[in-house]
Amino acid sequence: MATNDLPLRVVVVGHVDHGKSTLLGRIFFDTGALPEGKAESIRKACEAEGMPFEYAFLLDALLEEQAQNITIDTTQIPFRTARRRYVLIDAPGHTEFLKNMVTGAASADAAVLVIDAAEGVREQSRRHGYLLKLLGIPQVIVAVNKMDLVGFYQGAFEQVRAECAAFLKEIGLEARAYIPLSAREGENVANRTAGVMPWYDGPAVLGALDALEAPQPDDDLPLRFVVQDIYRFDARRIVAGRVEAGTLRVGDMLAFAPGGRVSRIATIERWNGPARDYAVAGESVGVTLTEQIFVERGAVASHPEDAPKTATRLHASVFWMAPDALTVGETLRLRLATQQTDARVVRFERVIDASTLASTEGAERVAKNDVAEVVLETTKPVAWDAHERFPAIGRFVLVRDRRVAGGGIITGGEGTAEAVSPISRNIVWSDAPVTPEERARRSGHRGAVVWLTGLSGAGKSTLARAVCRDLFDRGVQATVLDGDNLRHGLCADLGFSAEDRAENIRRAAHVAALLAESGQVVLTAFISPYRADRDAARAVAERAGLAFAEVFVDAALEVCEARDPKGLYAKARAGEIRGFTGIDDPYEPPAAADLTLDTASLTPEAAAAALRDAVLSRV
Amino acid sequence: MRSAQVAPPEPASLDHLDRLENQSIYIMREAYHAFQKLCMPWSMGKDSNVLLWLARKAFCGHVPFPVLHIDTTYEFPEMLEFRAWAVEHYNLDLIVKVNEEARYNRGVGYETHDPVTVTHELKTVALQQALAEHQWDGLITGIRRDEDSTRAKERYFSPRSARYEWDYRDQPPEFWGQFTTDLLPGEHVRVQALLDWTEVDIWRYIQRENIPIPQMYFAREGKRFRSLGCWPITHPVPSGADTIEKIIEELETTRVPERAGRAQDHHERNAMQKLRAKGFL
Repeated sequence: MATNDLPLRVVVVGHVDHGKSTLLGRIFFDTGALPEGKAESIRKACEAEGMPFEYAFLLDALLEEQAQNITIDTTQIPFRTARRRYVLIDAPGHTEFLKNMVTGAASADAAVLVIDAAEGVREQSRRHGYLLKLLGIPQVIVAVNKMDLVGFYQGAFEQVRAECAAFLKEIGLEARAYIPLSAREGENVANRTAGVMPWYDGPAVLGALDALEAPQPDDDLPLRFVVQDIYRFDARRIVAGRVEAGTLRVGDMLAFAPGGRVSRIATIERWNGPARDYAVAGESVGVTLTEQIFVERGAVASHPEDAPKTATRLHASVFWMAPDALTVGETLRLRLATQQTDARVVRFERVIDASTLASTEGAERVAKNDVAEVVLETTKPVAWDAHERFPAIGRFVLVRDRRVAGGGIITGGEGTAEAVSPISRNIVWSDAPVTPEERARRSGHRGAVVWLTGLSGAGKSTLARAVCRDLFDRGVQATVLDGDNLRHGLCADLGFSAEDRAENIRRAAHVAALLAESGQVVLTAFISPYRADRDAARAVAERAGLAFAEVFVDAALEVCEARDPKGLYAKARAGEIRGFTGIDDPYEPPAAADLTLDTASLTPEAAAAALRDAVLSRV
Repeated sequence: MRSAQVAPPEPASLDHLDRLENQSIYIMREAYHAFQKLCMPWSMGKDSNVLLWLARKAFCGHVPFPVLHIDTTYEFPEMLEFRAWAVEHYNLDLIVKVNEEARYNRGVGYETHDPVTVTHELKTVALQQALAEHQWDGLITGIRRDEDSTRAKERYFSPRSARYEWDYRDQPPEFWGQFTTDLLPGEHVRVQALLDWTEVDIWRYIQRENIPIPQMYFAREGKRFRSLGCWPITHPVPSGADTIEKIIEELETTRVPERAGRAQDHHERNAMQKLRAKGFL
């Protein structure tokens, strides 16, 4: 065994009480893998709980788990045989803790499905089997446990084996081995024990594990490089990300999806790492680009000839783990690799009770622990790939109330044509007579939306006007949109209620995008206090394939109030203006602004220069 | 004139240590993106120094957040010497925190109190005080699954309540590299970037990267420290391993657990679970 080979990750799954933790505990005991004193501490724990020696306590280390003799959360323990290194993952069998089972199983290369010889295939055996298939874990060993309870009778084993094989076949899996064993008695766990089951001539559990195949590295696939962040620790602009598949080399042309902007790799950045001009699958590196194009977190880079697909409608198999059902019409947060967007449930094609495999068509909801074929509509276009080929780009999670609540495997996608907002769905977009590329060639730059946000008096308009002048003097077509030029005309019908503010920003976002599509760099200067409105503005621009940068013009409320250029704070304090941002209406600062400018500490010239440089690097 | 063609080297796939290293870098970069105010607790121990090294790998040679030393006042002098050297050498933004109220006003100490109480007061409560003072929303920690059976059940991103508690009965699901990053006010997340590493992985990596560590890990007069904590409750184990090679060799065969010399772990049944539920690393 080479000391630096990758470990094989094996998850043990199955119905509650069928003996998963006991099997794992027994493996560690029988191979002498336990540290000194461990058996003694387990013996003491069993005495405290008033029960005979329990192998499962090795894994079930929480007091609550020992008192109830149940696995609550998944555990990972490193292990090795003479053949190779393993990580053994225990997964809870109780339906209550399915989220923990998925947490443990999702990273596995192979699985052991434990089935009680006396009970046979039960609800969670089916549910776990179904999830193994969905998660893409093809190597499964079936451990028929508790053979001691059926007198080591071959007929009992054969019956469970036939039942299990039929069920696995139904979901498209085939077991590598069926092993009759007794974890409690140690029969056929670490070693073949011919004595009590002379009729069995297959391997013990460890032997069957050693016969599994090691996962293949993804270096030979086409390139997928997922962008995590952009770093500017010094003068260089480093695109930080992970190679999910393929190999990336200095000099390669990269296309960034969605959007398809291209640039060439100038350097690969590693600190104290090997001086290699390539990076392989699994590597987290940084790259610098020869052409400064707009790239941000979420982008999936590939070689231009084999790029991921882009869609705003996704067809997927989803498993749901939150207590409250997922329903048609609900909007959640979807995360796919480092992409993040809102997604709405359009419909369920089929809802499956994973414990019985019974399916329903036309359902409106998916209950906790069930599975569904679903159609989702995303706010922003997402880059995606077929799951079998690129797992990391072919699956997503759904987030509700700040917590991951479901997972999905993409089975298909539809392009942007269907994805404009419901009201304007029937409008057909005419092809542009002049392409953005043609405009960019003539003017020497692309259009973009630079969205300034901050409190009244923070300096947004001053900054936008100064930078607009500076850009124009440098030959860049630039313009400013602010309350003064929108509210007097286009938005004259709007007041300052939350709804009217949202509508004002929505109109501003569309006007900005139209101007940017005509090739202008649009600097907007709206307080735009709500994060959701700004995110929507970003979505409008990005759907049009435009660069969008959110700039937080940051100054403390006290500073803005002291400046009070229009006397508005004084009026708000006096109660003459209601719903004034910062006084009696909230300002939600950007969670991840592309640029933050602190106008209290920066001089106006320095702030303008920083903004100008940021704009120039994006167009 | 053309010289003989030399084929470019065939790219080699990542090995086990490479995978661990890159996974940790990925985790730290996710944390740096997700959280506004990050901090890295730093004990100057071997895992802590590997973590610091990986941070510099992730952030192009920089450590773009402060490091926090919870000083119990029972620190080994050699560790404090190492701290001074590393702060200077790595250009660290060091914050030192002592729970002065417990230590000096109430006289909490190993001379008068049991090790679980002292660990809770001088480490966990001190950490809580630092969190309250600095309002960090993410702490990058160096705990590993193989150290302790409750750490074996941890998540890479583990949310902690506004009361700093770990709800181990109801941890959020975590898979496909999608982590818990959305918080309520007052909550923070433990970002556990070394969770998948084992003790021997740490040593192999220290060897491969030539990472500076305190000398107390190497055997002197037949004993060495395998894990370092407060001096009154941290005991060396018998060992002749005075080089990294010998330490790795020792770990390949030993059955003595890593934290055997850490008295607070063994004070009562599930002492670590109880300490950790309240916020101990």
